[in-house]
Amino acid sequence: MAEIALRNLTIDFSGFKAVDDVSLTVKNGEFVVYLGPSGCGKTTTLRCIAGLVKATSGDVLFDGQRVNELSASQRNIAMVFQFVSLYPHLRIRENIVFPLKARGVAASEIRRKLDWVTDVFKLGDELDRYPSALPPGARQKVALARAVIRDPAVLLLDEPLSAIDEQFREEMRWELGHLQRQLGVTTIYVTHDQREAMSLADRIVLMNDGRIVQVSEPDRIFFDPVDVFAGQFIGSPSMNLIDLAPADGGLRLGDSGVTLTASDDGIPGWALSSSRPLKLGVRPLNVHLVDEGEPGVPLAVDDVFSVGRERFFSFRIGDAVCQGVDKRRAPGAPGRVHFAPEGLLFFDAATGRRVRAGDAA
Amino acid sequence: MTAISHERRQAELRKRSSGRLMIFGFLSPTLAILLFMVAYPIFSLVYYSFFNFSALRQGAMKPMGLKNYKFLLSDPELWERFVFTGKFVFICVALQMLIGIFVGYQLHKNFRGRDLVFTLLMMPMMLSPIVVGFLWRYMLNSEWGIVNFLLHSVGLPKVDWLGQTNAALWAAAAADTWMWTPFIVLLATAAFRGIPETIHEAAEVDGASPAYKFFRITLPMSAPVLFIALILRLIDSFKQYDLFVALTGGGPGSSTETVSFSVAKTAFSYFYTGEASALAVILLVIIIGLSMILVRHLQKMSERY
Repeated sequence: MAEIALRNLTIDFSGFKAVDDVSLTVKNGEFVVYLGPSGCGKTTTLRCIAGLVKATSGDVLFDGQRVNELSASQRNIAMVFQFVSLYPHLRIRENIVFPLKARGVAASEIRRKLDWVTDVFKLGDELDRYPSALPPGARQKVALARAVIRDPAVLLLDEPLSAIDEQFREEMRWELGHLQRQLGVTTIYVTHDQREAMSLADRIVLMNDGRIVQVSEPDRIFFDPVDVFAGQFIGSPSMNLIDLAPADGGLRLGDSGVTLTASDDGIPGWALSSSRPLKLGVRPLNVHLVDEGEPGVPLAVDDVFSVGRERFFSFRIGDAVCQGVDKRRAPGAPGRVHFAPEGLLFFDAATGRRVRAGDAA
Repeated sequence: MTAISHERRQAELRKRSSGRLMIFGFLSPTLAILLFMVAYPIFSLVYYSFFNFSALRQGAMKPMGLKNYKFLLSDPELWERFVFTGKFVFICVALQMLIGIFVGYQLHKNFRGRDLVFTLLMMPMMLSPIVVGFLWRYMLNSEWGIVNFLLHSVGLPKVDWLGQTNAALWAAAAADTWMWTPFIVLLATAAFRGIPETIHEAAEVDGASPAYKFFRITLPMSAPVLFIALILRLIDSFKQYDLFVALTGGGPGSSTETVSFSVAKTAFSYFYTGEASALAVILLVIIIGLSMILVRHLQKMSERY
């Protein structure tokens, strides 16, 4: 187990900066999830920590020791890959003990460790089978067993659950989280699935275009995004983003002609007096369609649809389709749209950065 | 209405086309060719092997029973041919597999000019063995061949390459290796490249040294393909005939005649057609036996994956 630190890490693939000046410290025993869209540099970062990709500049440190020059086989790391990486010509038993044999560990020690992981992962019945005889979920379990048998400095997981069936994935996710806490191994996990990230991470590292957008606990990244990208990437359905324009004592929503005011809709004073153009970010769970007569603004409802027990509605402001929760007592009744004041987030229209009470000039 | 009749017609067509007659109809051209080109010659080969028969005198065919076989198998000269062929096969296959796997491993990664290297490597394979034989015969000529010229120029004595049995054996093996190693290189490279990159990365992360990775991952995972290459080379070098015709002419004496060479000589120099047929049958049985052992092994290996 080790503390992993990245210092100004940049990885350049002949002109394309896959990772751009990233710094981060992963504490000993911490479970950190790299989250981001395809091509954001999260997997490249992971592969660089593993030693499979060379850093163009910057350092990778294990417990303060620079490991840039060490090859993957010298770093004492463990990695589970997205797609099957078990050795097809070896039985499960041989697959699991491969890292120990490759390092020349004594036979008695190998036997002891094998007994231990077999017990932890309940693989007793599979040991003498070949990988092709196992379903994908069980194969990833074996890959995980092979990863932890060596007491790695860090456990690297590259979308390990994405090739597994939906129903089995939930179970594996739970087991993985449980196992990580039990072993206390420093873990870095890469995924594009925010639900995986939210449920597993001690901290989430949100990446986009090779840069770190935000590093924070799962809750905070949801409720307190630093910019439009973070706000819209996290949460499903995605956060509504509406243009705001100053208009007689309030802020007008795009081209709708509807104005939110401080008194009726809880728009903070600093936002009203902001000198720069703002955008309003508000999650669908904070937009309610309420019955006529309750506080809210008149906006034309586009569509109403049910997802399980909840009813959602959509409305248009300009080109943007926005969503909210339908809270009317009777579906189909006329209603008004209410924006919950605690859910209103403001972003700089030009830069996309979050604007808070303090920094409104 | 039309939809229904269309469906009915489809069903009828399907029924008709699934008949045994239909299947046989499609297979029959291939079967006919196979029958004519393979079954008939094999049948007549086995048939002639039981007769004292010469193709020059078609009329006189005397049934011999197993006497042709008895005579051949008790002929010490023939055993020498088998020993010589065995030596040649062993040297060729060993050299070609070792060099082929080694070179294939060096070439399996992408590099500039890879296609050019492979095109050049394939050249010897495209030549006829007769051509290769003569090419090497000229190079190995004891008086004016380039090999002895080079030996002489660095002060080493000239060697009579094709005039001594052992030297000629190695010379022939060298020619065969020169010609066929690229084939192993090609298959080995393809096999090595067929291993997913993730497997290599997993092995590296698992702490395997390059040598450990090669012997525990790369080689075993390529084994099925390499086995096919081995079978093909084994069978092919066992049948080697034309290379020797051009390179040594079977000499000195008849010491560099392979079994196939003996078959040809018996059949077309002495015209002992019956005896030659019997020898060809023996050769065929050995080759089928060889392939069966290896094919079995191959099947067992492929079941694992």
